[in-house]
Amino acid sequence: MTRTRFLLAFAIVLAALPQLPVPEFWITQANYIGLYALVVIGLVLLTGVAGLTSFGQAAFVGLGAYTAAYLAVTHGVSPWITVWVGLVITGVAAMLLGWVTLRMSGHYLPLATIAWGLSLYYLLGNIDALGKYDGLLGVPPIRFFAIELNTGRSFFYLLWALVVLASIAVTHLLDSRTGRALRAVRGGSTMAEAMGVDTFRVKVTAFVLAALLASVSGWLFAHFQRTVNPSPFGLKMGIEYLFMAVLGGVGHVWGAVVGAGMVKILVFGIVLVAVLQYARDGLWAFVESRLPRRERAVDWADAPALPERERPPHGEVVLDVQAVRKQFGGLVAVNDVSFQVCAGEILGLIGPNGAGKSTTFNLVTGVTAATRGEVRFRGERISGLPSREIARRGVSRTFQHVKMIAGMTVLENVALGAHLRGRHGVAAAMLQLDRGEERRLLREAERQLRRIGMAAHLHELAGNLALGSQRLMEIARALCADPSLLLLDEPAAGLRHQEKRALADVLRQLRGEGLSILLVEHDMDLVMGLTDRVVVMEFGTKLIEGTPEQVQASPAVRAAYLGTEH
Amino acid sequence: MDFTIAGILMLDGVTNGAIYALLGLAIVLVFAITRVIFIPQGEFVAYGALTLAMLQIGVVPGTVWLLLVLALLAALLDALKALRRRITASRVGIGAIKTLAWPALVMLLSLWAAPRQLPLIAQSLLTLAIVTPLGPLVYRLAYEKLADASVLVLLIVSVGVHFALTGLGLVFFGAEGFRNPSFWDARFAAGALSVSGQTLIIFIVSVALMLSLFLFFEHTLRGKALRATAVNRLGARLMGISTSGAGRLSFGLAAFIGALSGLLIGPTTTMFYDTGFLIGLKGFVAAIFGGLASYPAAAVGALFVGLLESFGSFWASAFKEVIVFTVIIPVLLWRSFQHGQVDEEE
Repeated sequence: MTRTRFLLAFAIVLAALPQLPVPEFWITQANYIGLYALVVIGLVLLTGVAGLTSFGQAAFVGLGAYTAAYLAVTHGVSPWITVWVGLVITGVAAMLLGWVTLRMSGHYLPLATIAWGLSLYYLLGNIDALGKYDGLLGVPPIRFFAIELNTGRSFFYLLWALVVLASIAVTHLLDSRTGRALRAVRGGSTMAEAMGVDTFRVKVTAFVLAALLASVSGWLFAHFQRTVNPSPFGLKMGIEYLFMAVLGGVGHVWGAVVGAGMVKILVFGIVLVAVLQYARDGLWAFVESRLPRRERAVDWADAPALPERERPPHGEVVLDVQAVRKQFGGLVAVNDVSFQVCAGEILGLIGPNGAGKSTTFNLVTGVTAATRGEVRFRGERISGLPSREIARRGVSRTFQHVKMIAGMTVLENVALGAHLRGRHGVAAAMLQLDRGEERRLLREAERQLRRIGMAAHLHELAGNLALGSQRLMEIARALCADPSLLLLDEPAAGLRHQEKRALADVLRQLRGEGLSILLVEHDMDLVMGLTDRVVVMEFGTKLIEGTPEQVQASPAVRAAYLGTEH
Repeated sequence: MDFTIAGILMLDGVTNGAIYALLGLAIVLVFAITRVIFIPQGEFVAYGALTLAMLQIGVVPGTVWLLLVLALLAALLDALKALRRRITASRVGIGAIKTLAWPALVMLLSLWAAPRQLPLIAQSLLTLAIVTPLGPLVYRLAYEKLADASVLVLLIVSVGVHFALTGLGLVFFGAEGFRNPSFWDARFAAGALSVSGQTLIIFIVSVALMLSLFLFFEHTLRGKALRATAVNRLGARLMGISTSGAGRLSFGLAAFIGALSGLLIGPTTTMFYDTGFLIGLKGFVAAIFGGLASYPAAAVGALFVGLLESFGSFWASAFKEVIVFTVIIPVLLWRSFQHGQVDEEE
């Protein structure tokens, strides 16, 4: 059974359910499952994909529900208007809350959302206009043209249509430029920022999207129950939503439906702890491992190529590092180091362990801020800019310790490198308006992978690759950004001899195209055979700069690597 | 508001603040050592107060049976693990006896003591003996297997444990609230203010506990081992410090502090099986002042939370909880501007 057929069968069962002589009880259960699933789909996006935990989703449901109920009961506003009002209110609240908490490390968000969930509960329960703890009664049903959705069965269709639409939209979103950026923020922000992703903005986006889905669920909830009071929007329910996500499988959109169904039928804290200990990826992962894996269909073969950056003329100074200094407390890691990289040149940066090479790298790419001195890229000062802004100007890098998204395919990982060459966002991805651009991005990713000799691994999961291949993948990802300057941090570590030669050939070819490369590497054969000039560092200080021959002949370099005779 | 009312509110706030400070310290301690955000901290407060309440009315508290069941489970899991590693039966037996001896002793003691209406202080000591060992057992059963999981997974487990412990609390103590008798009924007048003996006891015990924790961490080898684990788990392990041992010890301390706090506030508020949660969360708000890392900042935060609560309940009593829990947001904002963006690698 293919995946599409599986989903089709699911849709048919859903459509038929209210027409069958099923007792009303099960229709009501199914409606609750749908209401919960809508919230949990948001949590999948937030927690499963972006790695941010929220216990406060019930509060967002409450905002949507109370907005709908209050406007309908006291002002007689149509539900088709209140849903938008609710979305705006929830969106603003989520944006404020996210803006405050998402700059900090991961565990502050859950704590803040616990507090927020409690506050809102007590607030709703104490406001006179909202009926205090009794809530608001007599919410009218939703009218769909001439049909009044006042029975469980008629409501069922509106609700589940929205659930299915939301699932599909979120699935589309995950398979897009923004989706890759979302998945990249999970493992820390350094790599994502180096690829030009504004990680803070991506996190806020995920948080707001999850809140908006919750708000829609609240709107439906108010018109389904026909009454609202604070208790379904308290912290306990917020926690239960998270349980549903975890139980169903927090990384999977359809896990949301499974989880919501499971929790509606049974909920125990102990069950949750057991699931986490023995099946950390949740129940849907268990189902999915039994479904056939779908290999991505190649539909981008004829996509037009992405526009390329104009290369700087040969010999122009691309990177100009002027007396940069980095101090960590009393330790001087980089001591007033200066060097230049010209267009169409490979500059090697070598030195014994602890010489400050990686710190220099981080200073150039904006990961750490220099204590003093400045870095100029094509004449523009870039020191002090965030990583993603430096990436935008045409500086791309790889990492000494491979940073990738293990659960994504090689192709998708590499496409992340082209993040800045696309512009479509959340809405376009959900509505599939970004397909043309997506095809161009994927085509570029495939092209770079082929160039680096990894055509055979396109659809493999990145986590399954050998270390050497992972490093090559990082280079392809960096190339995808169409850089003018490429910074490679030990690219040959873990490669076999043949692979090293192939890598050297690719780098020479790139140099021929006018690219500048700054190379940190310990393999001296590779460095000496490939580079035009070499900078040697020791204890944070520049020891010598010259051609490979000059460096190899230098007694100072020998002393640095091998020590001196006394 | 005149000076007298302000004084009363201050005193009230500082008294509650002292309790929040104790809980805040326990939360920081557990987080630093195990990376567990310990939501169920408040449950130990309720368990402490209500276990004493049960002993007061001459009933063997359910927590005794919980202790016994958890110990049996732990012993069983240990035995299964030992079998897989082919460890000799005699060593398995010794391990099981070590796990079960204390709970069995406590059970016998409770069975003997419960109907006898012992003096309050003896019942309090028994309460501590029952609740404190629950901490290490909870760590052993719920967290130890996941010790290397991410902070978020551990947090979700914490919420599961919280639900389980609250549910069990309802089974053990019922839905009814209890108020324990005061440890010291004396009253002292200081100008217009009147300070009760119980308030003094809260201050004295809190300060003494903080002081002894300080001495423990600064001057004993085990304390230093705990601090080393907090700084770097792998490094500590390489130095021969057992991180799971450190985890159990920190949970033991947390349970002890929780139970003690429960005993202290039992006479000043009516405790229900689920009251602990809100009290524990206020400890969290305090701990967040110190970024879950600094003990002094958590203590200062706790005093602030206590004062905010007491003045908040004077001006807008219905919104007291709203005020206390909303304050976390400006605090987070302040911390994020102080420290900038913190990157956390998984």
